[in-house]
Amino acid sequence: MAVEQRGMEVKVDAPSAGLWAHTVDGLRRFFDGDIWYSFKRSPVTILSAVITVLFMSAALFAPLVAPHDPFDLAQVDLLDSFLPPIWVEGSDPRFLLGTDDQGRDVLSTLMYGSRISLGVGFASVIFSLFLGVGLGLVSGYVGGTVDAVIMRIADVQLSFPAILIALLIDGVARGVLPRDLHGEIWFYVLVFAIGFSGWVQYARTVRGSTLVEKNKEYVQAARIIGIRPALIMLRHVLPNVMGPVLVIATIHLAIAIITEATLSFLGVGVPLTSPSLGTLVRVGQDFLFSGEWWITVFPGIALAVLVLAVNLLGDWLRDVLNPKLR
Amino acid sequence: MAEPAATTPATAVANGTDLVEVRGLAKYFDVSPPLLNRVLQGEPRLILKAVDGIDFVIPKGKTFSLVGESGCGKSTVARLVVGLFKPTRGHIRFDGVDMAGLTKREEIEPVRKRLQMIFQDPYASLNPRWRIGDIIAEPIRAHRLIEGKADILARVGELLTHVGLSPVDAEKFPHEFSGGQRQRISIARALASQPEFLVCDEPTSALDVSVQAQILNLMKQLQREFGLTYLFISHDLAVVYHISDYLGVMYLGRLVEWGTGRRVFGQPRHPYTRMLLDAIPDLEMTGRRRIPVAGEVPNPINPPTGCHFHPRCPFAEDRCRREAPKSLPLPEGGEVACHAVEEGRLEAG
Amino acid sequence: MSAGAMSDGGKKRPLLQVEDLRIEIPNRRGTLIAVDGVSFQIDEGEVLGVVGESGAGKSLTGSAVIGLLEPPCHVAGGQILLEGRRIDSLPYEEMRRIRGREIGMVFQDPLTSLNPLYTIGRQLGETIRTHTDMGESAARRRSIELLQEVGIPAAERRIDQYPHEFSGGMRQRVVIALALAVNPRLVIADEPTTALDVSIQAQIIALLKKLCREHGAAVMLITHDMGVIAETADRVAVMYAGRIAEIGPVAEVIRNARHPYTHGLMGSIPLVGHDVTRLAQIDGAMPRLNAIPQGCAFNPRCTKAFDLCRQERPELVSTGATHAACWLYDEGGRRDGTHG
Repeated sequence: MAVEQRGMEVKVDAPSAGLWAHTVDGLRRFFDGDIWYSFKRSPVTILSAVITVLFMSAALFAPLVAPHDPFDLAQVDLLDSFLPPIWVEGSDPRFLLGTDDQGRDVLSTLMYGSRISLGVGFASVIFSLFLGVGLGLVSGYVGGTVDAVIMRIADVQLSFPAILIALLIDGVARGVLPRDLHGEIWFYVLVFAIGFSGWVQYARTVRGSTLVEKNKEYVQAARIIGIRPALIMLRHVLPNVMGPVLVIATIHLAIAIITEATLSFLGVGVPLTSPSLGTLVRVGQDFLFSGEWWITVFPGIALAVLVLAVNLLGDWLRDVLNPKLR
Repeated sequence: MAEPAATTPATAVANGTDLVEVRGLAKYFDVSPPLLNRVLQGEPRLILKAVDGIDFVIPKGKTFSLVGESGCGKSTVARLVVGLFKPTRGHIRFDGVDMAGLTKREEIEPVRKRLQMIFQDPYASLNPRWRIGDIIAEPIRAHRLIEGKADILARVGELLTHVGLSPVDAEKFPHEFSGGQRQRISIARALASQPEFLVCDEPTSALDVSVQAQILNLMKQLQREFGLTYLFISHDLAVVYHISDYLGVMYLGRLVEWGTGRRVFGQPRHPYTRMLLDAIPDLEMTGRRRIPVAGEVPNPINPPTGCHFHPRCPFAEDRCRREAPKSLPLPEGGEVACHAVEEGRLEAG
Repeated sequence: MSAGAMSDGGKKRPLLQVEDLRIEIPNRRGTLIAVDGVSFQIDEGEVLGVVGESGAGKSLTGSAVIGLLEPPCHVAGGQILLEGRRIDSLPYEEMRRIRGREIGMVFQDPLTSLNPLYTIGRQLGETIRTHTDMGESAARRRSIELLQEVGIPAAERRIDQYPHEFSGGMRQRVVIALALAVNPRLVIADEPTTALDVSIQAQIIALLKKLCREHGAAVMLITHDMGVIAETADRVAVMYAGRIAEIGPVAEVIRNARHPYTHGLMGSIPLVGHDVTRLAQIDGAMPRLNAIPQGCAFNPRCTKAFDLCRQERPELVSTGATHAACWLYDEGGRRDGTHG
């Protein structure tokens, strides 16, 4: 049984009690823990994780694994344009999922597109997370006027749809910043716009958990010892409120990808020169009714599958981390 | 033990051997609904007088217990004494230093490491994500008592041994321990800065009786070994009888009676103290008839006028309903706040 | 222990018989045995105290009797008989009829055992009308009577109030009224005073005792508080690590405990008026369910343990006034455990 095996492993411990031993120890506890157990028992979750990892590696290693470089003009030939996927008559075996109006390989544009979608998604989530967790922590721990101000701002922001706020920030940035800068800083503008539209959820959740944790006796003990408030927040409270944050972050990743796709679809997101999945859908939809469906359908499917997989992972994580269900 | 002389509270036992002196201590909490609700619904401000002017002293090396039912303010007193709350009024002097006068970090820190606290809930008092070694070393690192990894580790091992655990436990996490063991870890953390004074807020009430006995024995042993002074908060009179030298009984924010443990248990004067003693279950099965006392603790936000205890008191008269009794010294030592005792209507029982 | 060994001796008829009860909690590392081979009986009108430290299995035993074990906990062996009729394997509907009608329940937390959305009167009335053929107005009259009986002043007015309008002690009185509403034969009280203040505890214990006597109900009183047991129970069962360590008349168990665990437990309770510098203590802690030692579950903490204790599990044997599961009292070999 698992218990016995565990007992054996402990004895064969690493000789040096350094960072390595701690890592091994941590890994062992993870694989022995409830999260890994629940993961192993959920086929849907495993499938979601596989899909997510596939997307991430395709995105990360796109320059290495993509069959073509769709943005290298030397490789693109207009004569190859509008080729259908290989199972349709008139296809070219070089292009698995066909080509678009400029003769670019759809599969390769998908990989490069995922790169941008996931990149913007991750960056927005991280920005959102830092902003939201920081403000939530301060709001909950300090309380009083600081709390009231932060939470009222959050309330006001929540009364607008997130996409509207992202649009607003994006639009303002486009209006204010000089035109020639757009090509360079669009990524940061987009990350700021999407990230800023999502911090409230983190802040509210963290504030709630912080209110609970700060009244626990281990925090009081730290206060009696005389630890500075900032350190108490960072070392005591923060690690204990991160569980729900992880769940929100995963689900938020799906939302961020969709938001980016929506902005790009509306034409205010990623520039055409380096298209994301959303841009690809927009570009392709012009050809939907002229018969070249693959140009828009494949990016659409890719987007849907990615978002669904990430969402399912988030749902699973929420269930696992919810102490009520354990 | 030196029985406090029959004098006014201000000079009662202030003779140099007192480590902790609490004078006129009060803590009010504003529990009003938010401003908007008050304005719209015309609701008044609500002030909860959790602690309403109490005095006591704790001689060095002794245990002073505060007993009372839930809502009487005893835990608030504990948190005031360790500085988790700021008092609304009154003074707490620790070894002659008024704690309210300390404002700078450099002034507070030396006092802080001399007093520590042990909490009620062994499951909430240790950070679940920290290793035991880090938990116990936190005060050492915070006050820079020992420098160097190896020396800190050795000290942590020594502390774990003091409380009956093993130095190898430093590598483990809190969830690997039972409630009683966690309470030992809590005590080890409290001892890490070599304090003289421990505030213990119901340290055994979440534990099973056999584990409670272990912790009480440990606390008494540590008190002898290190000359510790305890402020012990509890609702369990048998535990209090066992551990205390001095005892104060609180009711709705006020100290109604205090004295040596022997005196309060042997000759309780205040009707509430008598009632509490009567409510102790008769474990020895002497056939003593318990007199269940009528009534419950009223809402502390809106306590009864005069003496807070008058609605439940069989000896209450008009004066008790009008006027709050002053704490008056007893000839046999200690003090009691009761009109009936003062007027001689109620003799020693 | 065999069921046949329990003779009723011709005196009182046993109301509740629990025989060789085993409760298991399956989890992913295997199956934990939370209650193992527990047998006892409660006579009509008798108060049986069940004491033990947290995790000893006392609450699970109570929940098993009333059929309210939370999955994945389940009864994995033995039987529970109410007036000779097996109730541990009844279908849900039939068990529901028995609950309330024949077995009443008082929980630790009065706030969670009352529905905050309904008035006290509605909850009492509903219970009464579910289990009897009383009409609405008759049920209301009976509810008011019950509230008066449990000592709630101005019952006619308070019957239309909601649980949050009652104080903790008053709520527990309402819960007791609810448990006794249709005169059940047995009341299971699980830590009925733990959430209450010291002065209220005494009131509630006195009330529970008086009412059960008046209604002729037997009580299974589950608590960790020996003081409550001493004042209330006729007999007491001491549980340790899912097994009964000792069972017998309360005065004998408290004054003259035979089992080393009971003895140690009694010694570890501080008493007012007893000046001792050091309490007797049992070293160590009760084992976790996944690490119950072989033989007697208490042997690693027992000062009197010998080889047999570490190898074989003792059954309940007569020690004179009580029955204890301890090899010290089992002269030469094993005897069948019998309950006086």
